[in-house]
Amino acid sequence: MRLNARKKEYIAKAMIWGAAMSVMIVLVAIILYILIRGLPVLSFSFLTQNPYNMGRSGGIASTIVGTIYITVVALLIAVPFGIGTAFYLAEYTRDSIITRIIRFSAESLAGIPSIIYGLFGYIFFVIYLGMGWSILAGGLTLAFMILPTIIRTSEEAIRAVPQIYRESSFSLGATKWQTIIKTVFPSAIQGIVNGVILSVGRCIAETAAVIFTAGSVLSMPTSIFDSTRTMAVHFFILASEGVSMQNAFGTAALLIILIFIINVGVNSLVNRFISKNQKR
Amino acid sequence: MENTQKKVKIKTKSVNLFYGTSHALGDINADIYENSITAVIGPSGCGKSTFLRLFNRMNDLIPGVTINGQVLLNYENVYAKDAYVVELRKKVGMVFQKPNIFPMSIRENIIIGPRHHGIKKKADLDIIVERSLKQAALWDEVKDNLNKPGLGLSAGEQQRLCIARALAIEPEVILFDESCSALDPESTMRIEDLMTELAKKYTIIIVTHNMEQAARVSHMSAFFMIDDEKIGRLVEYRPTGDMFSSPKDKRTEDYITGRYG
Repeated sequence: MRLNARKKEYIAKAMIWGAAMSVMIVLVAIILYILIRGLPVLSFSFLTQNPYNMGRSGGIASTIVGTIYITVVALLIAVPFGIGTAFYLAEYTRDSIITRIIRFSAESLAGIPSIIYGLFGYIFFVIYLGMGWSILAGGLTLAFMILPTIIRTSEEAIRAVPQIYRESSFSLGATKWQTIIKTVFPSAIQGIVNGVILSVGRCIAETAAVIFTAGSVLSMPTSIFDSTRTMAVHFFILASEGVSMQNAFGTAALLIILIFIINVGVNSLVNRFISKNQKR
Repeated sequence: MENTQKKVKIKTKSVNLFYGTSHALGDINADIYENSITAVIGPSGCGKSTFLRLFNRMNDLIPGVTINGQVLLNYENVYAKDAYVVELRKKVGMVFQKPNIFPMSIRENIIIGPRHHGIKKKADLDIIVERSLKQAALWDEVKDNLNKPGLGLSAGEQQRLCIARALAIEPEVILFDESCSALDPESTMRIEDLMTELAKKYTIIIVTHNMEQAARVSHMSAFFMIDDEKIGRLVEYRPTGDMFSSPKDKRTEDYITGRYG
């Protein structure tokens, strides 16, 4: 049977629509499933109490603190280095062997599975540098892991700043540094922040790299030299060792909510900062 | 209006400019007079903008540019090895083709230049904001909205804000690179009036595609055109009145009477 063009058009449209819908359905299904099972567990005491009995009872307060701690350490290291590298690539060099090597390194780093970062962090930071399982070792490992994302998104954001802004700035007698700080950076900030948010999400959700480098101690960390258990690791252990599926889903629900809040919250902050000035 | 007796502000001596291997400007010799408006005219691709950008070294930003010869500002070569380009650009301001204000408030757009040069006190900056906006004939329209975003202004107002921004660094020379080509006739007239006013204090060089504009506002006119080897040449450079009434070169005549191309 031959299909006429009109029928083909209809079928194609239906298939494309179906593909888009199924993506949405999968996403919604996952989130709903976790929220339905996890939300009833969430309570004030679940958020504020430390875990007892290996996480069978009590809350997850120490894992929340550990997650924030390790993410902050990773960002403190990766953000300055990443943005610095991006500015170097975008503003200070023209295409050369060195920039190609730097870019190739960043791309390669981005393609490495996180468990390899974990193994490297374990061998280098935990054993060789003698940091032991600690927030510092975990944060450093995560910093390596998110560095390529930050470099790439920041470089793209910097390159997207219209050349005319740089010319105007130079024409006013600004130095290169003044041009970068006062003109290019404010225009690129949204793209840079997007990259950082993406990285925060990866830090919060990372399991393999963290379990190798920060360990899985459940008590409340008091310094960056303590071992800790992040929420993602806690979830992994609770679920994989069958400790408490209920608390595992509670942790997962909080993870999803946190990432959602960070995305929406930071984006609206940046938008407010930008729209204050850029409204047309 | 004759200006030949005026003081020479800028002098170019056998300037040649190459983009890579392509020869964009060939052997340019010209004197730019103080407190006058010099119009640079010619067909597209003749090197007008490149010529203009010699004076604030904007061509330096393009990879692969080589420049030889001398450009003297106040009898000092701006391409000398020890010349500091940032100092040069404080003396030579520029207004671009399209209004290119920064996505900031009106006030911030004006103070960004002075702040780069170390003026930090609010009182000093306030004086600069008011002075520059008054000079650019924009003060009355925006004095109550200084903290509003500059992008909220009309195109003509934005271009005058660009002029105010350039004036805020107290330059000696102001370059206009086809600065009216994106504007409506009324805004263009306002900016032309402004140029005439500013020429009393500053040296002004404009690049324009608009022959009437060159004839209306400028004292001197420089006609550029590419020769058979595609090298940009300064064909004729004379007081505007003389050039428009009795062009010496056949090519100038063809161009200003619209017979070119």
